[in-house]
Amino acid sequence: MLRIDRLSAWYGEAQALREVSLAVEPGEVVTLVGRNGAGKTTLLRCVMGLHKQLTGTVEFEGAALPALPVHRRARLGLGWVQDDRGIFASLSVEENLLLPPVVGPDPWSLKRVYEAFPRLAERRRFPGTKLSGGEQQMLAMARVLRMGSRLLLCDEPTEGLSPLLVQQIGDILREIKTQGVTVLLIEQNVHFAVTVADRHYLLAEGRVVESLDNAQVRAREHELLEYLGI
Amino acid sequence: MQQVFNGLVSGSFYALLALGLAVIFGMLGVVNFAHGAFYMLGAFGAYILLTEAGVNFWLALVLVPLALGLFGVILERLLIRRLADLDPLYNFLLTFGLTLILQDLLKREYGVQSQPYPPPISATLDLGLFEYPAYQVFVLGCSIVVCLAVWFVLSRTRVGMIVRAATERPELTRAFGIDVGRWVTPVFGFGVALAGLAGVLAAPMRAVNPLMGADLIITVFAVVVIGGLGSTFGSVLAGFLIGVVGSLGNLYVPALSQTLVFILMAAVLLWRPAGLFGREEALT
Ligand SMILES: Nc1ncnc2c1ncn2[C@@H]1O[C@H](COP(=O)(O)OP(=O)(O)OP(=O)(O)O)[C@@H](O)[C@H]1O
Ligand SMILES: [Mg+2]
Repeated sequence: MLRIDRLSAWYGEAQALREVSLAVEPGEVVTLVGRNGAGKTTLLRCVMGLHKQLTGTVEFEGAALPALPVHRRARLGLGWVQDDRGIFASLSVEENLLLPPVVGPDPWSLKRVYEAFPRLAERRRFPGTKLSGGEQQMLAMARVLRMGSRLLLCDEPTEGLSPLLVQQIGDILREIKTQGVTVLLIEQNVHFAVTVADRHYLLAEGRVVESLDNAQVRAREHELLEYLGI
Repeated sequence: MQQVFNGLVSGSFYALLALGLAVIFGMLGVVNFAHGAFYMLGAFGAYILLTEAGVNFWLALVLVPLALGLFGVILERLLIRRLADLDPLYNFLLTFGLTLILQDLLKREYGVQSQPYPPPISATLDLGLFEYPAYQVFVLGCSIVVCLAVWFVLSRTRVGMIVRAATERPELTRAFGIDVGRWVTPVFGFGVALAGLAGVLAAPMRAVNPLMGADLIITVFAVVVIGGLGSTFGSVLAGFLIGVVGSLGNLYVPALSQTLVFILMAAVLLWRPAGLFGREEALT
């Protein structure tokens, strides 16, 4: 579904990604783990087209992405969940949900969104950024589900959330997996990651240093958590 | 009281012009220095249509904004779009240069003296406390209706939603599948059309001459800054506010009437650096 081949990226002179190659198959949930500054966000931004100083290839369902403008990628089925949640302050909660066009074959209806997230229904007329951090994260997830995006690019959706909300994000990820949605997820909490994902890539200093399955992560959980500084 | 009304009428022009500047700035990030020239073109458009083709005011009120909107669309596609990725200084040079060109073209034809434009309504209205020219009341009403209509479109329609999102975070808006670039052209054209509308409305009231926009636009920039850069609501409100303040200032402190607006602007900026309705993060 997503194939990244020898992707390098720079910020001016500073190199943030060094020849990263990885692949995500349809229906998989794959996480990217790595310390702060390892290049995880940069990798997702390259896929979405928000970072342009790059070399290498990125293919989504066989289409070469680097030639496509950002909005075309979204329309192909990429769903963007930004690390700062990307909620528009000048749009209400409901407008935040309705802004993007429906792009996939199996989108969530507004009704289904509100059933899954009653808090958003209660606050539908509020400005998007008047929500709490957790609610904004729910809104960011709900927005790409309503688009019907087929590949979600989620940048630390559980960061700063209470255990209860992390649990709820986990439930949603498992639910959409059964629906066939593919997810590339940045997740520092490997303890949580193994409950939602199939496979994991460990990034360090802009490189993929290891590719791990759930069993390997479980066996090395303490070591990994210590390495990641959690 | 009559001075307050005079102020609201002046404010009608400030509001229309500031609104156009604000939507253009919000969507394109372009400070359109040619806005005053478009206003002047609006007034001359009405004047030329009347004298050369006998087209009356009411028809001009529709035709001239449409023509200027089209002019704006062409300008955006042809020139402004090419500067999008460059230093904003280039936009300043382009729009400022355009202003000089347009002014001088009309100066060549008509000189700097004012051209008369007969008022389309000469009646006066009895407003209870005082008599007032009906045309001025029409201008005020027209401006209020247009501002409300724009507010409605911005706050209640899908187009408005896209414009608000793209004004706030253009790159993020693209990430949600919206081709922001496609909306930039009509928004620019619309802003220019608003300036044209203000110009047509001004023709029967103000002196029609090539420098009429240059005199006004400085004040309008102050209005936009007071209202808060990027805030359409703030621009409109500040437009009427400055109109009234200027008019009262004229009455009570005539010596300061020219500078009052800028004193007010400095005071507002000291108190709220982002303007009355601007968001702080818009400054960074
Ligand atoms: N806008 C920027 N300008 C310059 N350098 C940047 C910029 N953004 C990131 N970097 C650098 O690129 C490298 C990778 O950053 P990136 O944000 O991709 O890391 P990350 O793995 O997402 O980290 P975190 O866990 O903190 O989110 C870092 O060294 C960072 O300092
Ligand atoms: Mg990051």
